[in-house]
Amino acid sequence: MSENQQKEYWRWKEYNWKNPEIPDWKGGLVTAGVDVGSTSSQAVICVDGQLYAYASMRTGSDSPSSALNAINWAMEGTGLTLQDINFTVGTGYGRVNVPFANKAVTEIACHARGANFMYGPSVRTLLDMGGQDCKAIHCDDKGKVTSFLMNDKCAAGTGRGMEVFANLLAVSIEDVGDMSFNVETEPDPVSSTCVVFAKTEATGLLRAGWSKEKVLAAYCSAMASRVVSLLERNGMELDFAITGGIAKNPGVVKRIEKLLGVQALTPKYDTQIAGALGGALFAKALVEKSAKVAK
Amino acid sequence: MIANYGYKDGSGEFYISIDTDKCTTCSEKGCLESCPGQIFEMMVDDWDDEVAAVKASERNKIKMTCAACKPTTGRPELLPCQAACKPRGITHSW
Ligand code: SF4
Ligand code: SF4
Repeated sequence: MSENQQKEYWRWKEYNWKNPEIPDWKGGLVTAGVDVGSTSSQAVICVDGQLYAYASMRTGSDSPSSALNAINWAMEGTGLTLQDINFTVGTGYGRVNVPFANKAVTEIACHARGANFMYGPSVRTLLDMGGQDCKAIHCDDKGKVTSFLMNDKCAAGTGRGMEVFANLLAVSIEDVGDMSFNVETEPDPVSSTCVVFAKTEATGLLRAGWSKEKVLAAYCSAMASRVVSLLERNGMELDFAITGGIAKNPGVVKRIEKLLGVQALTPKYDTQIAGALGGALFAKALVEKSAKVAK
Repeated sequence: MIANYGYKDGSGEFYISIDTDKCTTCSEKGCLESCPGQIFEMMVDDWDDEVAAVKASERNKIKMTCAACKPTTGRPELLPCQAACKPRGITHSW
């Protein structure tokens, strides 16, 4: 096996984080959101609705163990155990397979809620570019979804499509965006809308002497045009924000902004945690709702 | 909430939109029985309301499924699903 084949260029870095401004969770309402995606899983823990800790890691061979690994890593160094978490929401494509979750909530609702926290209440149009699909979401000032449109027909325009390209070109997924700007002139987008054909097209372009940078520029551009048509179909309303792994790829983000003629809001946190964060906030709202009902 | 199900491909945009706020007070749920393609189902949404949705297995082939209800000439003003949805909560993009 060649070195290129051995190295997994498409993987994002794994990490965990704890908020230094919240010294202790004891006495607070502890809620969690776990987003099990097709390629990565995130767990977020909130204390009284404030971001306390999170972890982002690869999704393993099955959803239950990926969810457990993610929450365990988020709890690392906090003294928390699963029993200390008052309510957990599972989200993402593996949401019904989070064994310790009290409820499963769609990623559409969780991303909108998470974006409301990350970017502030002015977000009205949200683009979530996940591993398997791409969603254009409208939400109100509370982060409640008012409309959504999803495209899961094809991997082009999704995180998975970009990962396929990173592997094909042997470029780390984290460098794809910046590299795509190292071109003298912007090439035309790759013409294929299907990632399988786009891959064949890219191989042909490399053989024809195109640089990796130029091929990446053409693919980032194709991806941007594809999602822009999705956004326009659902209607654009400002402010605009992007969540999901692709939001960390400036090669796609800047091209989307150029096509739309608007700037996306700058995130305060890793955009990949938006779904899990929304899940943890949903969990808090559900605990409060049931406390009101019980009164 | 307006839920749009469908896709865009080289031949056009094919979306069915459901105004799910209307489903919460709809007693007849006519969409379920009226559709010859049986593409609708009820689901409990994130706010625990029962609303209509297009089945996941149907979303990527609605152009084909709905073709039977959309003759090129003499298309009815309301499609069977739209006529059966008394609150008028269903729209088609094509
Ligand atoms: S008939 Fe219309 S309003 Fe009633 S459940 Fe179906 S889509 Fe919703
Ligand atoms: S057009 Fe016909 S097949 Fe399509 S959703 Fe309506 S009733 Fe069903």
